[in-house]
Amino acid sequence: MSASPAYSEEKGGSSSLGEPEYGHDPASGGIFSSDYKRHDDLKEMLDSNKDSLKLEAMKRIVAMIARGKNASDLFPAVVKNVACKNIEVKKLVYVYLVRYAEEQQDLALLSISTFQRGLKDPNQLIRASALRVLSSIRVPIIVPIMMLAIKEAASDMSPYVRKTAAHAIPKLYSLDSDQKDQLIEVIEKLLADKTTLVAGSVVMAFEEVCPERIDLIHKNYRKLCNLLIDVEEWGQVVIINMLTRYARTQFLSPNQNESLLEENPEKAFYGSDEEDSKDDKPDAASLVKRKPYVMDPDHRLLLRNTKPLLQSRNAAVVMAVAQLYFHLAPKAEVGVIAKALVRLLRSHSEVQWVVLQNVATMSIKRRGMFEPYLKSFYIRSTDPTQIKILKLEVLTNLANETNISTILREFQTYIRSMDKDFVAATIQAIGRCATNIGKVRDTCLNGLVQLLSNRDELVVAESVVVIKKLLQMQPSQHSEIIKHMAKLTDNIQVPMARASILWLIGEYCEHVPKIAPDVLRKMAKSFTSEEDIVKLQVINLAAKLYLTNSKQSKLLTQYVLNLAKYDQNYDIRDRARFIRQLIVPTEKSGALNKYAKKLFLAQKPAPILESSFKDRDHFQLGSLSHLLNAKAVGYQELPDWPDEAPDPSVRNVEEETAFLIESHIGLLGELREVPEWTKCTSREKRKEKVEKPFYSDSEGESGPTESADSEPESVSESESESGSSSSESGSDSGSRGEESGDQSEEEKKKKKKGKEGPRKACLESAGSDPSEEEEEQGKKGKKKKPQHEGKGGSETSWEEGSISESSSSESDSGSEAEESQSEPESKRRTTPPSSKPAPKASRKGTKEISLLDLDDFTPAPPQPASSPAIVSTSLVTDLEGLTLTDASLTPTMLSPVFSTVKTYELLHRMAGEGLSVEYYFNRQPFPPDPHMVAVQIQFSNNTESEVKNLRVSEPKLVSGMRIQEFQEIESLAPGDTANVIMGIDFCDSTQAANFQLCTHSRQFYVSIQPPVGELMAPVFMSENEFKKEQGKLTGMSEITEKLTLPDKCQSDHTIVQRVTAAANVSRVPCGADNEYRFAAKTVTSGSLVLITLEWKEGARAHLTVNSEKMVIGTMLVQDVSQALAQ
Amino acid sequence: MIHSLFLINCSGDIFLEKHWKSVVSQSVCDYFFEAQEKAADVENVPPVISTPHHYLISIYREKIFFVSVIQTEVPPLFVIEFLHRVADTFQDYFGECSETAIKDNVVIVYELLEEMLDNGFPLATESNILKELIKPPTILRSVVNSITGSSNMGETLPTGQLSNIPWRRAVVKYTNNEAYFDVIEEIDAIIDKSGSTVFAEIQGVIDSCIKLSGMPDLSLSFMNPRLLDDVSFHPCIRFKRWESERVLSFIPPDGNFRLISYRVSSQNLVAIPVYVKHIISFKENSSSGRFDVTIGPKQNMGKTVEGVIVTVHMPKAVLNMNLTSTQGSYTFDPVLKVLTWDIGKITPQKLPNLKGIVNLQSGAPKPEENPSLNVQFKIQQLAISGLKVNRLDMFGEKYKPFKGVKYITKAGKFQVRT
Repeated sequence: MSASPAYSEEKGGSSSLGEPEYGHDPASGGIFSSDYKRHDDLKEMLDSNKDSLKLEAMKRIVAMIARGKNASDLFPAVVKNVACKNIEVKKLVYVYLVRYAEEQQDLALLSISTFQRGLKDPNQLIRASALRVLSSIRVPIIVPIMMLAIKEAASDMSPYVRKTAAHAIPKLYSLDSDQKDQLIEVIEKLLADKTTLVAGSVVMAFEEVCPERIDLIHKNYRKLCNLLIDVEEWGQVVIINMLTRYARTQFLSPNQNESLLEENPEKAFYGSDEEDSKDDKPDAASLVKRKPYVMDPDHRLLLRNTKPLLQSRNAAVVMAVAQLYFHLAPKAEVGVIAKALVRLLRSHSEVQWVVLQNVATMSIKRRGMFEPYLKSFYIRSTDPTQIKILKLEVLTNLANETNISTILREFQTYIRSMDKDFVAATIQAIGRCATNIGKVRDTCLNGLVQLLSNRDELVVAESVVVIKKLLQMQPSQHSEIIKHMAKLTDNIQVPMARASILWLIGEYCEHVPKIAPDVLRKMAKSFTSEEDIVKLQVINLAAKLYLTNSKQSKLLTQYVLNLAKYDQNYDIRDRARFIRQLIVPTEKSGALNKYAKKLFLAQKPAPILESSFKDRDHFQLGSLSHLLNAKAVGYQELPDWPDEAPDPSVRNVEEETAFLIESHIGLLGELREVPEWTKCTSREKRKEKVEKPFYSDSEGESGPTESADSEPESVSESESESGSSSSESGSDSGSRGEESGDQSEEEKKKKKKGKEGPRKACLESAGSDPSEEEEEQGKKGKKKKPQHEGKGGSETSWEEGSISESSSSESDSGSEAEESQSEPESKRRTTPPSSKPAPKASRKGTKEISLLDLDDFTPAPPQPASSPAIVSTSLVTDLEGLTLTDASLTPTMLSPVFSTVKTYELLHRMAGEGLSVEYYFNRQPFPPDPHMVAVQIQFSNNTESEVKNLRVSEPKLVSGMRIQEFQEIESLAPGDTANVIMGIDFCDSTQAANFQLCTHSRQFYVSIQPPVGELMAPVFMSENEFKKEQGKLTGMSEITEKLTLPDKCQSDHTIVQRVTAAANVSRVPCGADNEYRFAAKTVTSGSLVLITLEWKEGARAHLTVNSEKMVIGTMLVQDVSQALAQ
Repeated sequence: MIHSLFLINCSGDIFLEKHWKSVVSQSVCDYFFEAQEKAADVENVPPVISTPHHYLISIYREKIFFVSVIQTEVPPLFVIEFLHRVADTFQDYFGECSETAIKDNVVIVYELLEEMLDNGFPLATESNILKELIKPPTILRSVVNSITGSSNMGETLPTGQLSNIPWRRAVVKYTNNEAYFDVIEEIDAIIDKSGSTVFAEIQGVIDSCIKLSGMPDLSLSFMNPRLLDDVSFHPCIRFKRWESERVLSFIPPDGNFRLISYRVSSQNLVAIPVYVKHIISFKENSSSGRFDVTIGPKQNMGKTVEGVIVTVHMPKAVLNMNLTSTQGSYTFDPVLKVLTWDIGKITPQKLPNLKGIVNLQSGAPKPEENPSLNVQFKIQQLAISGLKVNRLDMFGEKYKPFKGVKYITKAGKFQVRT
């Protein structure tokens, strides 16, 4: 390692050998530095048993690395400590390893196994750090190991590990680019990840490995847009830059109409382009007519979601958004970025420097944008020169007829500055203003002429150069100025200025016929001592004078040409020879001579003074390439807009629900992460099932009555059924009329006939089964329409039904009581329950839909034995509760809606080799443990033989989760079904509970995943309580979403039904009739969940969920709004 | 992204290097030294330098150049912002970001750099997370460490990186729960020769020091939020709430942080709290000039203007200055040609004045340029824009915090042209 010269000198030749000046523990301040001269003692310390000595040694070694000194000979001693228990030693060893592994590949391999072990650690942080170090060791041999580790980590449970995996991808790619294809697969997988933690890192990997695979983005585009605000700031920059490129390939230019029309006058400026622009015009016009531009909603989404980031404290994020708007937004909207960019000018000078460069480019294209902030670019004497010059550039770009006078006044101040470079730049800026704005040209010229008498030569010289350019525009009127300048040749020594003057005099020698030869005389005299550039102009002047005024200047010209002939510089000799041949007629010179005058005195076009920032915008703004005005390594071109928009449907994702929620919880992110990545699979499943109830809406009628029928003994089962049935958003109120009531009764009768069950409870609960409802749907439901609901005659009986129903859904601790209360009611209406036979047989006959299986009850589920007792004890209290509910529900009583139970498949018949298992959430408290969610599981044996010893084993649970297993089912006869209840404590998360289902012969891996609405139990509350609690749960705990209620969901009862269907909540009375309130507590932690639905005019509504469990709140909003939107 | 980092002091020593990918030789810094030489002034070293194989992006902070080596296209601001974040972190950890502090804590610096970037991509830049990973040194701890041999590393695994709220530590406990907000406003202004305002605007920040236990959810509201024209937020602030209600709602980081910075809308006229009367003239053909500056209060809302300092960069031809001040003391640095006049408090009864003779280099032409005066001042208990905090509410925790708001107005880039 080469140290700086001064340093190595001081160290002598031994600098590479661990000079311990900084290789010492900083705490002791290097006092003992002379104690250790060699690495030997370091090795000794590393080999010792004491962690403190090892730490000491490692600290010294790291300090050496920091100084850039070589510590590679310690490698064997250090690498031994890779498995050290002490965290700090370990970390420092990692630092060392990453630094030197590349040089000592063989030895580095010794450490690999430690990391491989780390990759399997149960702690996510250890897994992540192992992967991080493993992937940082640049040893080609371990590429396969790295590949494997990355792949595994990419599907890790922990988003943090997945993030680390994303970081590892570019590392592996740079080590071995042959792995590209495999890495792209991993990237593709990680791009689908829905956590904000991963998003930034994986897009970074994408940019480094396969930026050209823009097709990978399609499916993730909307998700990235939506997550963007919650991604950490560095990730935001990368994502925004990538999306800018993406948008350029996928959308149409929002400015296509304007830009074409507008560019034309500009193009016409350059003669050669004129034709093109003419061609373009009709094209553009016809284009406009053909297709009025409509912005793609996805394009709009991007613009909308990036805009808030202009408020970021991170300059890089602001710049990224600014360039996105500049490149993608319609002209009218670009203006919003100006304010934010101007704000950055207050930042560190490096930031200012970069921002000003970009502003300079932008201000050429969109001058109007920065005009209001003109004064923010005024220059202070304390600004560094490079900043001053950039500000000047911007001011010049912003100058127009209205503000030029203010700008020129500012410039006058600048000219007097002490910073000469800056003064020179100001003079040039004045020149540019003068060329661009004809009105002030004379003023500027006069000002510049005054500067010619300035004491500072640099200023004068710069003025001359600029004046020369200006004069070219209208030379005839300015012979005075030219005369004045001619005089300056005596004083000005700056070559460029002298050359400019000479050129001017030569060019306009006819305007100053007397002075020109005199100047030439003077110059001839000093010719030999002039700079080359001046000499060339002297020759030029001589030639022009010879042609126009040969009488006076012939000899002088000869003289000058002779001098030039022997000049040291071959350019000058060359020029002299060429000119002599051209202007002095000889025999040989031939035809050219005639044209000499034309050649020299041709009309020359005036130079165009333009910004050096012009046309820089073909580089993506904010990029390194733009700053350097040259393509940097790895720069991705910003593509032009396509003429035809590619198919927008490629961005469609099946799972639209993810985008339903637009409300972010502030800038706070990641709230959705848990739900989304864990739920995504189940959601699709759920959706399918949700669709079915759509029909059943109109038929769910039997639900209420039956639940009313259900009796105390059946608590665990029957209630669960009624509860869950009510939870379905589907069931429609329409069908409830007298008829439907009759139907349900009829049906019960049928059931009675069908099967003689041992327990009536069982039977009744069976009556409330969703399957039955579906059956009915099938038969009659379609005839009936929701409008039937209000039928007066049916009201009374329905009221009862709904009471019991709602109470069951609301029941907090013991909904059993309501059941018992509802019993008499049901008895009143229906045939005495005692006579009801088990409906099994009849149902079997109609078994068409798989849901039917649910109805089949086996005689002895494990819990019922204990549940009746509980029921009776809590009866009294619950009765009280019931009256409360009653009152609160009266407004909604008119036409409650019920729906089928959502059942979920646990084990498919095929996968289970004939054994099929389904489950649903029965919404009852789980008596053995109130913190558990009760899950009703139904087994049906479709095999030919008996299934024995059905039980749960080996639950694999996320920490904190618990399962209360059901009692083992001894045997299940062929064709028979059995129902059991198990309790699961989900810890208020939607993580799946995984366990094995065992039979005597087989084991099946299954998992139960709860929808968020099932993680809570209803609570009763008064309006006041509700308001009070809601007041406590604002801020972060409040999630609001706006939604539009579809037509069929605009009646009170539908709304209530759908909400209670989506979540296990109870309604809270409310004074306002356009507001609905619901309350529940999460099962595990008992945190309140409050739902408010405010119905605004029309179909609009505001859904608010207050819960300190933000994750639950977010997901609930999503689920409820989805249920309402159906 | 960021390949390597070199820290270079003013005398051109590379005193620290860190590589996140393969090692890049120190010789790459030669390009930087070249540019530095060309620029003459440290402020004028271009932040981005292109070399044949690398790009160097650098910042200059506290007399240290942070030079990062880049190999491929990357947004320059991304790197610059990150380097400043690194410097901020050092400042935060060691109390100062100086060469000595870095050298004394080289191991911690290295550990920090290791955590902040992974393969050149920023990993953990939140100070709360970093502090969980690596404890900042304190005198007590370094003494204890040297005796017991324990370390600065966090013993427990940091969970902050995994949380929803990465800027806040997980378990925070205080016996006194306090939340302080400093509303600091700076006046940027350019006053021209005649005393009229060419340009003036107010830039403000709210710096917070929040020591609250648990997970407090704060909302801060203003009496007149419409004053704030352009605001940039700490990531903890919920943007939606601000958009809809103009309330700052956030779960704060633990400790000191900048909550927002804002600009007061330009429609509002800015009250300039001081005026300066000045006569600075140089006589033709004589080696002396006249210097006479008086400063007085104006529109200061009845508050005292204090901490007034006037700095003047005199032209190069000035040799020396013989001045007398009625208040405060002045110094003139003949090398840098900087005159500093430390006035202190301004009392309207007796306006501070500094006048005398300027000695010029004999024979030198009269300087044409007029120096501009840079004025610094402070006004306590006043936010010059009139911004007022209405209330601070806390949710999510039961205790009652002690709350405090302090207002202060300062001169920002306040320049008087002469």
